[in-house]
Amino acid sequence: MLGKDLLGMYETSAEDIVTILDTAVGMKKLLTQNLKKLPHLQGRTVTTLFYENSTRTRCSFELAAKYLGAGTVNISASSSSVQKGETLIDTGYTLDAMKNDVIVIRHPMGGAPHLLAKHVKASVINGGDGMNEHPTQALLDFYTMREKFGSFHGLKVAILGDIKHSRVAKSNLFGLKKLGAEVVLYSPATLMPQGIERLGAKVARSKQETLSGANVVMGLRIQLERMQGGLFPSLSEYNQFYGVQESDLAYADKDCIVMHPGPVNRGVELTSDVIDAGNSKITEQVLNGVAVRMAVLFLLVKNRQGGEVRE
Amino acid sequence: MAEHILMDSAAIGRTLTRLSHEIVEKEKGTDKICLIGIKRRGEIVARRIQALIEKFYGKQVPCAGIDIGLYRDDLVSVFFVPDAQANELGFSVDGKNVVLCDDVLHTGRSVRAAIEAIFDLGRPAKISLLVLCDRGGKEMPISPDFVGKNVPTSAKEFIDVRLREIEGEDSLGITGKTEE
Repeated sequence: MLGKDLLGMYETSAEDIVTILDTAVGMKKLLTQNLKKLPHLQGRTVTTLFYENSTRTRCSFELAAKYLGAGTVNISASSSSVQKGETLIDTGYTLDAMKNDVIVIRHPMGGAPHLLAKHVKASVINGGDGMNEHPTQALLDFYTMREKFGSFHGLKVAILGDIKHSRVAKSNLFGLKKLGAEVVLYSPATLMPQGIERLGAKVARSKQETLSGANVVMGLRIQLERMQGGLFPSLSEYNQFYGVQESDLAYADKDCIVMHPGPVNRGVELTSDVIDAGNSKITEQVLNGVAVRMAVLFLLVKNRQGGEVRE
Repeated sequence: MAEHILMDSAAIGRTLTRLSHEIVEKEKGTDKICLIGIKRRGEIVARRIQALIEKFYGKQVPCAGIDIGLYRDDLVSVFFVPDAQANELGFSVDGKNVVLCDDVLHTGRSVRAAIEAIFDLGRPAKISLLVLCDRGGKEMPISPDFVGKNVPTSAKEFIDVRLREIEGEDSLGITGKTEE
């Protein structure tokens, strides 16, 4: 079973992923039926420690914690002692001394959650670390896919967009390979990490090749904040050659679903008609995100009942 | 060890008939009565009582089942996610005399959970408890108001209630564990 932390899909086994998804099914049922809160995290504290901006991940974690009865504390780097020069490890010690049970961390540097996890007793959940991983986003993507298709075997997942800067793409790739799906990536050469084929991905050379027969079409946001400029000529040219328009979906499987981790740049990676179409799961993904995060919090706290980590 | 049948179909029928009269007698009429059964078997018991009251007194009293999954006291200690449904009775319990129905009363823990569930839905004037069988072994300060059959049992014995709607027959049996 899941250990103390959830740091990435790279470290998580296929069985653990399935356990999380199975638990999330019950959580989603409770969410959609608008039932009363579950009591499992009563008296526990979940802290969100965000060194980067976020609306949906933070809000989703906070709601998930609240639906399970936990107290939540928010720390943003811009308004905390980080501004005074406190190191991540010291922040971790401080949070630990205040008896936090779970720390959700988002950090611009890859590996920061792993470093924090080594130094705190609390469970650490990676809420996105730089260009490395975003495991809960991948889990909610898996949940959405499994809900639609039932299984991952033989599934073709096409991911288009800024692969290089995307932690979502990497978490999806690690997880989907373990679950038995095929992952096809497509982006301008400047936004494609070198050697990604060695991680099990298939790199396509045309939009048609990427989309043909795809069951899942996933767009990724162009992360302008991580670019030092000059990686592609213009947004409209990008949309023309690398974005998904309604006509492009004709290449894909007729039962395909369209996904995007958000926030969406409308008209860049996906056009508005694709985003708002009937087979778009983008808003459903947000709901699934709360259910999946409830499942992750539930399972991590279950593992450390009584405050101790069970090995 | 072989099962001993305590009540057959006819006996269960007679007992439910008696209980339906007892309820109306004690509540002095059918006006404020509503029946709530603990899912699944308690709901069936409640539906049967509802039909009998309608047959004898010509009034259909409100009747519904409730799911107590979310109110169980072992959610956190066992740490599981209940497979529960949202409770929608279709009528208000405010000011009503609720007759809570279940098949077997043992520890009283489900009844405690059901009482909590009912109070989440409104504030009844009174809650009374009807059980088809009271097997003893209470762990809660809860006692039944309408009892089909008192069966003092040991913890090793097992009471099995079968109902037409689920098992296709009505009967109440007891199985004792073999002495070792």
